[in-house]
Amino acid sequence: MGKKLKGCCVVPGTASGEILASTHSISFWGGVDPRTGRINDPRHELFRASVAGKVLAFPFGKGSSTGSLIILELVRVGKAPSAIVNVRTEPILATGPVVSKYFYGKDVPIITLDENAFVLLKTGQFATINATEGYIILEN
Amino acid sequence: MHLTDEEKLILDGNKGEAARLAMSILADLGELFGAESMMPVSQVHIDATLYMVDAGLEFAEKLARLGARVNVPTSLNPSAIDLVRWKDMKVPPAIFPKHQRLAEAYLKMQATPTWTCAPYQQGIIPRFGEQIAWGESNAIAFANSVIGARTNRYADLMDICAAIVGKVPKFGLHLTRNRVAKVLIELEGFTSSMFQNDAIYPLLGYLVGEIAGDQVAAVSGIPSLVTFDNLKGFFAGAASSGAVGLCHLIGITPEAQTQEMCFHGGRPKKTVQVTPEMIADSERGLQTGKSGNIDWITTGCPHYSPAEFMRLAQLMNGKKVNSSVAFWVYTSRSVYAWMQGSGILGQLDDAGVTVFTDGCPLQYPRESWNFRAAMTDSTKFANYCYSQTGLPAAFGSLEDCVDTAVSGKFHRRRSPWAKS
Repeated sequence: MGKKLKGCCVVPGTASGEILASTHSISFWGGVDPRTGRINDPRHELFRASVAGKVLAFPFGKGSSTGSLIILELVRVGKAPSAIVNVRTEPILATGPVVSKYFYGKDVPIITLDENAFVLLKTGQFATINATEGYIILEN
Repeated sequence: MHLTDEEKLILDGNKGEAARLAMSILADLGELFGAESMMPVSQVHIDATLYMVDAGLEFAEKLARLGARVNVPTSLNPSAIDLVRWKDMKVPPAIFPKHQRLAEAYLKMQATPTWTCAPYQQGIIPRFGEQIAWGESNAIAFANSVIGARTNRYADLMDICAAIVGKVPKFGLHLTRNRVAKVLIELEGFTSSMFQNDAIYPLLGYLVGEIAGDQVAAVSGIPSLVTFDNLKGFFAGAASSGAVGLCHLIGITPEAQTQEMCFHGGRPKKTVQVTPEMIADSERGLQTGKSGNIDWITTGCPHYSPAEFMRLAQLMNGKKVNSSVAFWVYTSRSVYAWMQGSGILGQLDDAGVTVFTDGCPLQYPRESWNFRAAMTDSTKFANYCYSQTGLPAAFGSLEDCVDTAVSGKFHRRRSPWAKS
């Protein structure tokens, strides 16, 4: 059993996967290629990394209100993150997963952690997310 | 979240499947963000009008097919392309039908074909304090901050849901308590001559967005002679580098006539000083290109206003765009028609400037043009250019853009904030 971190549910659901973590905020439009799921903002520290299937951890969103549409498209083409972990989640980020639940019947759970817990997430670690019940288990 | 009987009936499908889907999405988001109830909005601006990916087309067409109609006055963001002169823009005929289908889906829902990312310049404009639901990050920041209307940062897909129902969950920037500034950003060491260079505003906005992140900030030290278009450039930059829905400019924006007013009598949780050196650094960070091979100069991100057209015509007076570069300006149909009437459009056409309507420079049909590098006076465009078009971008003032366009060689004046 790994380390259990308590968080708050934003979008319910469960998922697991490898963590891709950044301390930089992300705009999905202008930040993630909707065809490949790769980070395409050359100023971002995760430039060229793929979000597909990952537990994507970044503190909060920024930028374009088209971010929601890019998340919906990533779901449509099978390149969406398996879950999103934030410190704070804004509506633009949550809209993509909520619409994809109704429109494509697929969940992208979102959970928030406080800043002290958030910094424990490291790229390459394996994590199990239960957003519905508000916790993350980090494998050692 | 408490729902009225009428709202529950919509959720149960009594007003049709489209309204049920829209209400389900709004109610879910309301629950997730802790809203206590729904509230009416007087107008909506839809962001999701640029055809880029099929998910957006599938969603809009499904709603239209289900018979959805907007319930409040609703304006539309740009298409990706010029819907009228798409052949001049060399939009591949194979892809044009998808742009057209997306446009038709929103028109079928009876939205107004404004096709502009600067809805605050013309059309369905809110007043101070009006509760609205706008998409398009630059327009949201402008509406909240400069006009004092109230909207959250509404996302694509949620925006059309709000238009169909005519309501949104009551949370975030709709509520007075969430409009209080938390962060104070003080300009230090700026001289009045720096503010005579219009390039300072989009650069300042870009830097302020990075500092503010997702917090409501207040900026002190911007001179009160700032123009409408200066503010447009500032907020477009800020909303691209941060999650900026509202940013008060002390002494300028209506909820910040004084510092006390925008902090609601409280104190800043954090104070950050911004210096000319920081502007110079963020300007350097925005240059993604080598400056040698610029062949596409583009302005109108956000869409050009009549005042901006007038200034460009003055700068281009007696000059011609060099044959080695393209100079494109993007604007709305309505401003285009006014400029046609005023003769300014003819003057720019004679000078070799191309003006497109309806579209977005970040979505131009790149396969038809093979440009090598872009130059712009917009920090929003410079920020997103590489990821959206694959082109490196240089940022400069409009004067620098004009000089580069005319000479065909990259030209930049020394910025007054440049380090010695």
